[in-house]
Amino acid sequence: MLEVDDLHAYYGKSHILQGVSFTVGDGEIVSLLGRNGAGRSTTVKTIMGTVPPVGSIRFNGDRIDGLRPHEIARKGLGYVPEDRAIFPTLTVRENLLLGVKSTTRKGRWSMDDMFALFPLLRERADAPGGVLSGGEQQMLTICRSLMGDPALLMVDEPTEGLAPKMVALVRELLEKIAARGIAILIIEQKLTIALAICHRLYVMGHGRIVFEGNALELRADDSIRREWLEV
Amino acid sequence: MLELATVSLLNGIVYGLLLFMLTSGLTLIFSMMGVLNFAHASVFMVGAYLSYQFARWVGFWPALVIAPLACGLIGAAIERYGLRHVHKSGHVAEILFTFGLAYLIEELVTMIWGRNAVANSVPAVIDFPLFSLFGSSFPAYKGLMMAISIAMFVFLYVALKRTRIGLVIQAALTHPQMVGALGHDVPGIFVLVFAVGSALAGLAGVIGGFMLLTQPTLANAIGPIVFVVVVIGGLGSLGGALIASMLIGILQTFAVAIDYSLLDALRAAGIAVTRASPLYDFYSIKVATAAPIVPYVLLVLMLIVRPRGLMGKRDV
Repeated sequence: MLEVDDLHAYYGKSHILQGVSFTVGDGEIVSLLGRNGAGRSTTVKTIMGTVPPVGSIRFNGDRIDGLRPHEIARKGLGYVPEDRAIFPTLTVRENLLLGVKSTTRKGRWSMDDMFALFPLLRERADAPGGVLSGGEQQMLTICRSLMGDPALLMVDEPTEGLAPKMVALVRELLEKIAARGIAILIIEQKLTIALAICHRLYVMGHGRIVFEGNALELRADDSIRREWLEV
Repeated sequence: MLELATVSLLNGIVYGLLLFMLTSGLTLIFSMMGVLNFAHASVFMVGAYLSYQFARWVGFWPALVIAPLACGLIGAAIERYGLRHVHKSGHVAEILFTFGLAYLIEELVTMIWGRNAVANSVPAVIDFPLFSLFGSSFPAYKGLMMAISIAMFVFLYVALKRTRIGLVIQAALTHPQMVGALGHDVPGIFVLVFAVGSALAGLAGVIGGFMLLTQPTLANAIGPIVFVVVVIGGLGSLGGALIASMLIGILQTFAVAIDYSLLDALRAAGIAVTRASPLYDFYSIKVATAAPIVPYVLLVLMLIVRPRGLMGKRDV
């Protein structure tokens, strides 16, 4: 579904991504792990087109590198950024409405589905997005991207700074989404939920992929964890 | 006194609404793109000239529609083929670009219509007394100005608060990248906002052209006031722009009408001031004479007391 091949990206003169290659299959949950500065967030931003890509990115067979962010999103990619980017002055309902890409084509997910997935959104539907707690905002931002009916959802640090109860809710939400056949690319540093729910994983370091495997293989490989993950 | 107050208030509201038409577009553009568009008042001037020209060719009513539309197209072109390319080089380049554009437009206008004011008088169709108040009549064209300004405010409000595209614009004010990532064409929205903002400036130009002299210095005459209004109202706030426009419009109109000086106030308070007193010349300046500086005094006070403006969310 998503094939990234020899992807490079630059911030000014710094060479951030130095040839990243990986794939995400249909309906698969894939984790992209690594320390801060390893290039995980940049990888996702480059796929979304907010950082100019050098290299090949294919989505459902079509080249999407070089397209503009909204065109990439309309191809079926959903992106949930690390800072959540809730529109603080708009209500929860308006935030969700903005996730809808087209008013003419109906997606798989409706507002009521979102309320069913996370009932608190219904209670707070008319409150400004800015007053929600961090965990509530995280649920809202994931639901907002779902409203756009993505085939692949890329989630950057979904559990960062959340209380254990919220972490469990986020995990449950991601599993429900995956159960509907949507592929998920999850980015995590602390391995809070990634290892438990992903089918396959990649570890990044210094702008490259340094390990590819699954959770069992990563657990077995002490040296990789010590060198690239543990702080 | 009541007569003076009522007439001044009406004139102040008309002037304030005119300022609002100009500032609403400017503040929308600023809050979305972070660009303080120095050419905004120039587009206003172009609106005044185009309406003058089209009114001579096809009559006033068509000109009232054609001139703002033309200004909207000019605005869209400025964004699409100018600002968008300059944007990469940062804010200084953007500001210099719009600054240069203001000069360019002024020179072009001078080349086409000459250095002197054109005879852009109130068209006969709207030049009749609408009603009279305390013996002085209120002209119909001022009524039309008020009606157009208010209709425009309602249109902007509904468009921003009640439509999907308005939601996208509001969201893009704070998180343009996220709006793009959700599948909305942010650069396209920028062009649209620039076009609508410029069309509003053009519309203000059509009706402002009668009130002020339609000459190449028109942009310079109104530009600074517009920026004062935007800063006082709070950069990026439509509500703030409305309040500040009315405030400055009314204050300035009243100031022009007050034929007293500080000297009169001191004397009324029983303080004797003679020609020999220090600063006598300063005290004897009439408020009406000092009226043009009122907005700037207000600007300085606002920057000291509340740099973010009346309803702004961030400091200037």
